[in-house]
Amino acid sequence: MTDLRGPTRRNFLTQCLTGAVALGAGPILRAPAEQPALAAKSRVVVARDPQLRGTGTDIDPRRLEALLDRAIQALFNRDHAAPENAIAAWRRIAGPGDTVSLKVNTLGGRGISTNVDLVSAICERLQQAGVKASNIVVWDRGSEEMERAGFRIAVGGDRVQCYGTDRVDYEDDLSAWGSVGSRLSKILTRSSSVLINLPVLKDHDGAGVTIALKNMYGVIHNPNKYHPNGCDPYIADLNMLPEIRSRMKLVVCDAITAMYEGGPGFKPEHSWKANSLLVSQDPVALDSTGWQMIERKRAEMGLKTLEADKRAPHYIATAADSEHRLGHCDPSRIAVVEA
Amino acid sequence: MKSKSVAAENLADTPFDRRSFLKCALASGAALGSGKLAAPAAAVPIASSAATQSDAQFTFEARFYEKLPGRKIRCKLCPRECIVGDKERGYCGVRENRGGTYFTLVHSRVCAAHIDPIEKKPLFHYLPGTTAFSIATAGCNVNCKFCQNWDISQSRPEEIPAEYISPHQAAAVAQQYNCPTIAYTYSEPVVFAEYLMDTADAGHAAGVRSIVVSNGYMQHDSLVEAYGKMDAVKIDLKAFTESYYAKVVTGQLKPVLETLVTLRKMGKWNEIVYLVIPTLNDDETEFRGLAAWIKANLGPDVPLHFTQFHPEYLLKNLPITPVPTLERAKAIADAEGLHYVYIGNVPGHPAQNTYCPQCRKMLVERVGFTASQMLIRKDSTCPFCRHKIPGIWHA
Repeated sequence: MTDLRGPTRRNFLTQCLTGAVALGAGPILRAPAEQPALAAKSRVVVARDPQLRGTGTDIDPRRLEALLDRAIQALFNRDHAAPENAIAAWRRIAGPGDTVSLKVNTLGGRGISTNVDLVSAICERLQQAGVKASNIVVWDRGSEEMERAGFRIAVGGDRVQCYGTDRVDYEDDLSAWGSVGSRLSKILTRSSSVLINLPVLKDHDGAGVTIALKNMYGVIHNPNKYHPNGCDPYIADLNMLPEIRSRMKLVVCDAITAMYEGGPGFKPEHSWKANSLLVSQDPVALDSTGWQMIERKRAEMGLKTLEADKRAPHYIATAADSEHRLGHCDPSRIAVVEA
Repeated sequence: MKSKSVAAENLADTPFDRRSFLKCALASGAALGSGKLAAPAAAVPIASSAATQSDAQFTFEARFYEKLPGRKIRCKLCPRECIVGDKERGYCGVRENRGGTYFTLVHSRVCAAHIDPIEKKPLFHYLPGTTAFSIATAGCNVNCKFCQNWDISQSRPEEIPAEYISPHQAAAVAQQYNCPTIAYTYSEPVVFAEYLMDTADAGHAAGVRSIVVSNGYMQHDSLVEAYGKMDAVKIDLKAFTESYYAKVVTGQLKPVLETLVTLRKMGKWNEIVYLVIPTLNDDETEFRGLAAWIKANLGPDVPLHFTQFHPEYLLKNLPITPVPTLERAKAIADAEGLHYVYIGNVPGHPAQNTYCPQCRKMLVERVGFTASQMLIRKDSTCPFCRHKIPGIWHA
């Protein structure tokens, strides 16, 4: 398994960082000129493993890997298609020649960030699908934040790369769509032909929920400007930027630990062990499904709905409207597949 | 990282780039004996362990906020009243909640510094012909789609290069370069209120005055406390409609109008700039309403500058403001009874000069940002008719 763990956990490997290479010096990757047509119905896989942690609190990496395989196979194994193994499924996302970036979410520290073992498993499968290790970048806004979440920074060499935008900076020029004008991380623009979005599932005091669409706030230099009005329409507008939309091929939402209240910072008293992954190629459908999971948990805990709490994530509907068409939020257009 | 040497208030040439200017100025400032640094008076330093050492020197507990349950805070600096959770920042991007305590990240963190003619701010009735040591930090509490300095105002402090300049160092540099004023400008000084206050105190102790160029989008108490330390204030009144403020500025008009009234009551010298943007805020009804409001609430003697827009940031699709539009705006404001209406960003236009409202003679002639002739007497009167000309004309 690809080793991304930081040195402060069980992994005490003392691999030294090689000297920093000229990050961002490569050619700017061109985005496809046209977007694929939106499918009539979007598929969201919810894969669960109640035994993911065995009898303890630590996650079993092998069970997690198996859960990931099950999820990705369920995503692509449609009714009339022949079943395929997990590696074949990953080849639908990326292959030799691709430069793949994995945008994790590490704001919540070790309490609620994208799981390091999950990211390692994805890196492993990508390599088995033919992507060179050094063509995979695990990233977020800041390297220190990533380290606090348990990632080990790795720059250069033949291994999977792992660092924050602080190492390479944002583009000088603005990218703009609708209400949004931002400088984009050079990791996105220069080191990603394929973007895999790896958010966590959690409540957000302003936006209602933060899952796949809002995880893109970690791609820009000025996310603080886009929190008014429950982040609506800012989140939808941001995801319309061609640099993001053309690259995002898959969302794997880490719902191993999730939060139903008190986010986005980690509040252990408001978290639960959902032991799940949500996987989709439609970030809007995935966010809609994740939102409903949070609502069910809120109801179970006796809390008001987010609508009643005046912070329903209206940006999800905006992302699906005729102006954006980033995906489906109408339940009749979402096929939720349990795996 | 793109490093902009000097934030562009206009198209004027700049004699120094920011880094070489600061290095030179600070080095010689120390040689003059002003190198001994005192702790800022208005803020409490954070423990150095809370951040890297380089960040820690800029990080002080903020003023103007209240603590809320759940380690949240409510910022009381501007009308936005951001409620900020732990490890999050406010809209401005330069104030951060760390464990339920709110911190400013930009105290003494100067990302732009320059010596400008005071006419560049513009302040036309305040010490004409003098220069201001002009400084800024990252951040802004609005997001104007036409911002000329968006690369510093819309960035978080860690994203742009900055130098440490303590309040005492700023005062020393101003003295060294014979600047009677320190100007807080370029980005939005509201968001570095603590630094502004401490620097104003240090400047006053050294005989240097303070002026601020601001959007005026502040709460009453922070305004009185922070801008109470200012000697003159220039407010950018960006439009006279709430819809413009909502769509183009991401703010509100009403608090800015309240700021103008409060500044008037405080007796602060104040000038107003209105950037005229084609199709967005160039309606004659709006000009008339603006001028009438100023006359009724602030009096006819407040200088009003109608300035020309140049396409920038997110409004590159709009043209430069036609000069006749600016002249029409001035004519309307003149007709409403305002005494000092100027046209800005149009070099050589006669409406850059100051005329006596009684005898109509020219009193201050300006060429670009230079006051080439200044006839107003020491007692602030017109030399021809002895009419009192409001302003601070002599140091």
